[in-house]
Amino acid sequence: MQNTQIPEYAIETKNIFIFYGAFPAVSEVNLKIEKQKITAIIGPSGCGKSTLLRAFNRMNDFVPSSYLTGKILLHGQNLYGKNIDPVEVRRKIGMVFQKPNPFPKSIYENISWGAKINGFKGNMDELVEQSLRDAALWGEVKDKLKKSAYELSGGQQQRLCIARAIAIQPDIILMDEPASALDPISTLRIEELMQELKKNYTIIIVTHNMQQAARVSDYTAMMMLEKDGSRSGTVIEYSETKRIFTNPKDRRTEDYVTGRFG
Amino acid sequence: MNQLDLSKKTRIGESVIQTLLFIAGFLSIFITVAIVYELGKEAWLFFGNPDVTFAKFFGTTTWQPSIGQFGILPLVTSTLITSFIAIFVSLPLGLAVALFLSEYASPKARSALKPVLEILAGIPTVVYGYFALLFMTPLLQKIFGEQTVEVYNMASAGIVMGIMILPLISSMSEDALSAVPRALREGAYAMGATKFETSIQVVLPAALSGIGAALIIGISRAVGETMIVAIAAGSGPNFTFNPFKAAETMTGHIARISGGDLSYNSIDYTSLFAIALMLFLVTLVLNLISQTVINRFRQRYE
Amino acid sequence: MSQNYYPEGDSFRQSLSGRYRIANIWQALFLSALVIAVLSLVALLYNVIDGAFGYVAFEYKNDPSKFTAKPLDDLTRQELLDILKVNLSSGAYTKLDNEKPMQERSGSVLYTLVLERLIQIDTKQTWSMTDSILRSAEIKAEIAQKYPKAKLEFRSWLTPVFLTTPMSSKAEFAGVRTAILGSLWMVGIAILFALPIGIGAAIYLQEYANKNFINRVIQTNINNLAGVPSIVYGMLGLAIFVRALEPFTSGSMFGIMDSNGRTILSAGLTMGILVLPLIIINAQEAIKAVPDSLRQAAFGVGATRWQTTWHYVLPNALPGILTGSILAVSRAIGETAPLIIVGASTFISIDPSGPFSKFTALPIQIYQWTTRAQPEFHAIAASAIIVLLILLLTLNAAAVLLRNHVQRKY
Repeated sequence: MQNTQIPEYAIETKNIFIFYGAFPAVSEVNLKIEKQKITAIIGPSGCGKSTLLRAFNRMNDFVPSSYLTGKILLHGQNLYGKNIDPVEVRRKIGMVFQKPNPFPKSIYENISWGAKINGFKGNMDELVEQSLRDAALWGEVKDKLKKSAYELSGGQQQRLCIARAIAIQPDIILMDEPASALDPISTLRIEELMQELKKNYTIIIVTHNMQQAARVSDYTAMMMLEKDGSRSGTVIEYSETKRIFTNPKDRRTEDYVTGRFG
Repeated sequence: MNQLDLSKKTRIGESVIQTLLFIAGFLSIFITVAIVYELGKEAWLFFGNPDVTFAKFFGTTTWQPSIGQFGILPLVTSTLITSFIAIFVSLPLGLAVALFLSEYASPKARSALKPVLEILAGIPTVVYGYFALLFMTPLLQKIFGEQTVEVYNMASAGIVMGIMILPLISSMSEDALSAVPRALREGAYAMGATKFETSIQVVLPAALSGIGAALIIGISRAVGETMIVAIAAGSGPNFTFNPFKAAETMTGHIARISGGDLSYNSIDYTSLFAIALMLFLVTLVLNLISQTVINRFRQRYE
Repeated sequence: MSQNYYPEGDSFRQSLSGRYRIANIWQALFLSALVIAVLSLVALLYNVIDGAFGYVAFEYKNDPSKFTAKPLDDLTRQELLDILKVNLSSGAYTKLDNEKPMQERSGSVLYTLVLERLIQIDTKQTWSMTDSILRSAEIKAEIAQKYPKAKLEFRSWLTPVFLTTPMSSKAEFAGVRTAILGSLWMVGIAILFALPIGIGAAIYLQEYANKNFINRVIQTNINNLAGVPSIVYGMLGLAIFVRALEPFTSGSMFGIMDSNGRTILSAGLTMGILVLPLIIINAQEAIKAVPDSLRQAAFGVGATRWQTTWHYVLPNALPGILTGSILAVSRAIGETAPLIIVGASTFISIDPSGPFSKFTALPIQIYQWTTRAQPEFHAIAASAIIVLLILLLTLNAAAVLLRNHVQRKY
C-alpha cells in the first residue's frame, strides 16, 4: 500500500460537550468535516444544532454561562486553547445568520468594513466587486454601491451578507438556516450559490429543511436529543448525504428523514 | 318563562363617569391652549406697542423695555451660549457614559452606577445654581484668573447645566444603544471585529437617530433652564460672546423681573410674556422634532 | 491583479494587538467620563456640606453689659423676659406678644431674642468646613489680628433649631420653618388638584379611548407638556391664577380682605398643572402594566368598564401610581422658577395659615439666600439645601421601596 496519506479535514471536533451553566446542551460530538464540501447538520428543533454550529466560531462565548469541553481543531490547532483569541478564530471562520443582518452602511461599506478592520491591503474596489460577483449579487447592485444596504430585498441582503463573509477570505463558512427567512426563489438562488462557493470554501450549514439538506449537502450529520431524557443533543449519525437519506444506519435517523416525526 | 332582555341599558352612572374621565383627558389640551392664549395675548400687546418693531426686537442689542430699548439679542445670545456650553459638556460625557454602561459595564456595575446618574438627575436646579456660583465660579477663577472670570459668568452656569443634563442624555442614549438588535452585533463579531470596533462602528451608527433625539431634548432642557442661570450667569442683559462675562439669559431675565414689583399693564410685564412665548415655541418645536425622530427610530427596529 | 492580501499569522497578530490598544484607550476614556459624573456629584454634595459648617468670627454690636450685669448664659428665663420688656420698644414687644405670648416662650427662645434684637450679632467672617478643619491655627491667628474683639466658634449652621425657627432678615437667626410649611401647603394643594385629574386622564387614555385622531392628539400633547420649561408654567400661573382668577385665589370672594392673588393657592394650582403631565404618564405606565387577563376575567363576569377599572385595574396599578405620585411630589418640592413668577414673598416670617396666605418655599429661600452677598447667608443656604436634599432622599427612597415591594409581590 503506497497511499497512506490521511485526508486533512477542514475542521474537526474531538469529544466536545457544550454547557450552559451545569446543563450540557450538546454532548459528545466527534465530527470530521471534509474540506471544500457542504456539510449539513439536521435534526428536530431544540436538539442543539445552532449551539453546535456556533461553537465552531466561538459565538457561544457571548453567553456568559456557556463553556466547552473537548477540542475543536482547525489546522491542528485547538480553537479553544488557552492562548487563542476568539477574534482571530472568527476571522478564519465566517458566519451567515438566519435573518439577514447587513450593517447600517452602504452596500460597498458592508463589504469594505470587514476587510478594513482585518487589515486588508490593496484595491478595495476590486475586492468589493469580486466578493459581490462570487455572491451572485454584482449585477444587481453594481450601479448602487453607495446606497444603503437596507434598500435591498431580503434575498439580496442575505447574498450581501455572504459577500461580506467571503470578502475576508475565511477557511470555513458557517450558515445558520440561511434561507429560512427567505421566499422560495431566493432560497433557490442561495442554494445554487452554495454549490459555487464550495469550490473555494468549506461550508457547514444548519437547516431544519430536510429537502434542502438532501439537495444541497455532500455530508449530513443527524442530531437528536439523547435517549436517556437528559435533554442534551448529540450527533447520532454522520455520513454522506446520499447514504443518510436512502439507507440510514440509525432507526431514529430513518424515522426523521422519512417524516415519521420531527 | 322569564324574558331574556339583552338590550342595551342606559347606565347613567357609567356615562357620567366616562364623561368625567374624558374631561380629565381633555384638560391637557385646555392647558396647552391656555398657555398659547395667555402668552400670545400679552405678547400681542407687547408687539402692538407702537415703540416695538420687529427690526428693533431682532436687530438691536440693548434690552431695557422701560426706556424703550427692545433688542432681544443679548438675552438670546446668552441663552444660546450657555446652552451651547451645556451641550458641549453633556453630549460627549453623556454619550461616553452611555457607551460604557451599555457595552462594557457588568450588570453589577451598571446597577451600582445608574443610581448615581438618577441622583444627579433628581437634584433640584436651585442646588445646582448654588454649586455653580460657589464652587464652579471660584474654580474657574482659580484656573483662568480672577481678571478673566467675572463673579457672574456664562461659563459656570453652562458647565453646571451640562452636568445636570448629562444623566438625561446618557439614559436616552443608553436606551437607543440597547435597542440595537443583537443580530447586528453578532454580524460584526462574526467578521472578527473586536467589541470596541463593533460598538463604535456598527452599534453607534445604528443608534444614531435615538442619540440625536436625546441631543435635541438636551438642548430643549438647556434653553428652558432657569435657576442655574438666574443664580450664576448674570443679572443684566449683556450682548457678549465672552463666556467668562456676566450675561442674563431669557429665563434668568424673566425670573429677575417678575421677582420684583410688576404692574400688570406695564411694558415690562408684556415683554416678559413675549420672551416666554418665544421660549415655549422653541422648546415645543424641539420636543416635537425629537418625538418624531424617536418614533421613526422605533419603527426601524420593531 | 494588484497586491491584494490580508496580513496573516504574526503580522495579523501584531495589527490585532494594535486594535486592542486603541480599544483599551477609548474604554479608559469612556470610564473617565463616568468618573467625572461621579466626581461632580461628590463635588456638589461636598460643596454644600462644606458651606453649612465652619468657623464663624462675630462680634456683638451692643455690649451685653449694657443690659445686664450677669453673664448672658447665667440669666434665668424670667430675667430674660424682664430685659426684653425693658429694652424693646413697646411696639416691638407688643408685636412679638401678638405673634406668640411672651410668657409662653421658652428660655432658649427668649435667649435667642435677646441676642437677635438687643445685643445683635455682626458676623465678620466665615470659613468653610475644610478650611476650619485644616487651617484651624491659621484662622485663629488671623482673627486675633484682624478682629481682636471678635469671638470665634465652630458653628453648625444646620441645627434642629434651624428647622423650627421662622424666617428672619438676619442670617444668624433665620430658620426654614416658614419655608417648609409653605412648601408642604403648596405641594398638598398641588397633589390634591393634580392626582385625581391625572389618574382620571390616565384611566381615560388607557381604558376608554379608542385609537382615533383626537386621542392621539391628547397623548402627543401630554408628552409635549412634560417637556415645557417650568418657567412657562409659572407665567401661565401668573396670568391665570394670580391675575385672572384673583377673586378666587386671593380669597376676596370668600370675604378675605387685604390680599392679592399671590397666595399659596395660586402656587399650589400652578405646581399642580406642572406635575399633571408627569402623573398622567406615570399612571398610564402603571395601568398599562396591569395584565389584560385581569380585565378579561372581569368582563367575562359581566362587569361594566368602570366596575372593571375601579375594582380590578386600579387596585392592581395602585402601587405604580403611588410611586409616580411620590416622584411628582419630589418634583414639586424642588421647583423654584414657577414660584418666583407666581409671587413667592421675598420676606415672610409668619407661618402660613391657610390657602390664601402669602407664602415662601424651601427652594425659594435657598435661591434668595444664595444670591445675597454676605457669606453667612450662603451658609444658611447650604443648610437649607441639606434639608431639601434629605427630604427628597426620603421621598425617593420611599418610592423605591414601594416599587421593590410591589415587584416582589408579583
